[in-house]
Amino acid sequence: MNQIDASLIDWSRAQFALTAMYHWLFVPLTLGLGLIMAIMETLYYRTKDVKWKSTAKFWMKIFGINFAVGVASGIILEFEFGTNWSNYSWFVGDIFGAPLAIEGIFAFFMEATFIAVMYFGWEKVSKGFHLASTWLTVGGATLSALWILVANAWMQYPAGMNFNPDVVRNEMTDFWAVALSPVAINKFLHTVISSWLLGGAVVIGISSWYLLKKRDITFALDSIKVATIVGFVGVVISAITGDGSAHQIAQKQPMKLAAMEGLYEGGDGIGLVAAGILTPGKQYDDSKDPFIFDIQIPKMLSFLAVRDLDGYVPGINNIVRGGYITPEGEKALSIEEKMTKGKKAFDALNQYREAKKNKDDIQLAEAKKLLDENFAYFGYGYFQSPADAIPNVPLVFYSFRVMVILGGFFLLLFIVVWYFSHKKKFEQSKWLQYVCLWSIPLAYITSQAGWIVAEVGRQPWAIQDILPVQAAVSNIEAGSVKLTFFIFVVLFTVLLIAELSILTKQIKIGPEKGDEKE
Amino acid sequence: MKRIASFSDFITMYVEGFKNLTWGKPLWIIIIVKLFIMFAILRVFFFPNLLNRFDTSEEKSEHVFRELTKNHITNEKKFSNESD
Repeated sequence: MNQIDASLIDWSRAQFALTAMYHWLFVPLTLGLGLIMAIMETLYYRTKDVKWKSTAKFWMKIFGINFAVGVASGIILEFEFGTNWSNYSWFVGDIFGAPLAIEGIFAFFMEATFIAVMYFGWEKVSKGFHLASTWLTVGGATLSALWILVANAWMQYPAGMNFNPDVVRNEMTDFWAVALSPVAINKFLHTVISSWLLGGAVVIGISSWYLLKKRDITFALDSIKVATIVGFVGVVISAITGDGSAHQIAQKQPMKLAAMEGLYEGGDGIGLVAAGILTPGKQYDDSKDPFIFDIQIPKMLSFLAVRDLDGYVPGINNIVRGGYITPEGEKALSIEEKMTKGKKAFDALNQYREAKKNKDDIQLAEAKKLLDENFAYFGYGYFQSPADAIPNVPLVFYSFRVMVILGGFFLLLFIVVWYFSHKKKFEQSKWLQYVCLWSIPLAYITSQAGWIVAEVGRQPWAIQDILPVQAAVSNIEAGSVKLTFFIFVVLFTVLLIAELSILTKQIKIGPEKGDEKE
Repeated sequence: MKRIASFSDFITMYVEGFKNLTWGKPLWIIIIVKLFIMFAILRVFFFPNLLNRFDTSEEKSEHVFRELTKNHITNEKKFSNESD
């Protein structure tokens, strides 16, 4: 096989996306619900009121079911790295491996140790130690997420590394530049804290079901009080960190921002598309209007992207043509210029390896110099035309709007629920209970849409500017990837059905009453 | 109920905890079946680490270099075909 089959790339991406999205059904609930149950146990510890113990224990049960079904599903992604993305796995070297190893050894170990105390230790350890174990379980889960997100952030913004042509892989030169890159910190905060939104939505949704069934009223209302505050804080901080993310994307991944906004021709003082319908089939080099219909907030995109109402924001066509001034104050190269540099980097790599074989030190030094000068554009050498550098604009554009609109909906929902709960009207407001119940899937859609923006918006890159997906993918039979894709569809569906059936059974049983007699 | 006072009590807590599982029992069955499918079936038959067939780092890097080269050359060929 001399040429990478396009269907191989598509199926490999589809398989990875399926696994990641399935895995992400469980992670945000672990993070969000974990915080809620830890707060409930803290209330028990401080007030000595056993109703909080019973409440915390019930949500711990839901946490446990979610944790058990979701645990280790992330490992499948690591299998896929080794089989379907072996070029990528080698190319990223220890940069990707180090955070994942820390995650596996430290964070997951911590999580797994203290989760046992949390479930088995109620009467065996002191209340303080038990509470600490609960918080450490949540902390371990959050630390796990940190290291995975550090690895992901590096793919969006490769930092702290140097390419070693002797071994054809990147080597970490600065661990802290990888771990504490501004993209990593913002991604971590945005992802973890937005999970509080999902945790809050699930808790108020399930609690509303109890109210609709007119049972476990006190438990449900108490749960709603805690979950509403956690959810509200989650939405507000997510909006702030989301703004930070968009600002970073404007600087580091301008093509992603242009796709998020369906912005083809940029300029100064660009408006933010509040709502819009993209013109189907629009290409970067045609003269079609990008929108059939759109409502814009004047100058807002410029303000969000560069903190200046009249600031310059490049569109897709500007990025393709180059020539504008980047936030770093440099003249942007066109995609074709970057493609030329990418090919130079690739030629230099070839020359380097040839010189090494021939033990020609002079050519070796020259090739290394040329490679270092052009390596930042290595990935562009794989493109056949500038169109290859453009992600799927409609998917990114609509996913972004789904995430933001639903984020706004949840902000409103948490405020309304808090108000009704505070005024002691929530128990009588059936309509609101139904809204809360049916908002559970919306919280998952919000969370998944955020990842679609992050990952589809990054396309065609596996590693931004350095390695596109067609180079990262293993040259294996597309049929075998297709087969495993459908195996995963079946496996994940069965696991999901198992989880939902265990969950619904436990929800129907409800909180244990025994603790209240303590 | 006896409180944990030593390491052996700690181990006993784990053992008793697992023995007295109620709602957790089906979850452990799910975890064990899932891990079996993942490591004994998927890992072994469908997800070999492709680079593990090479013994040394040199062989692995040479293989990846050839793979990266192959894609580049293909694109170059496409370029020349298009211009022809």
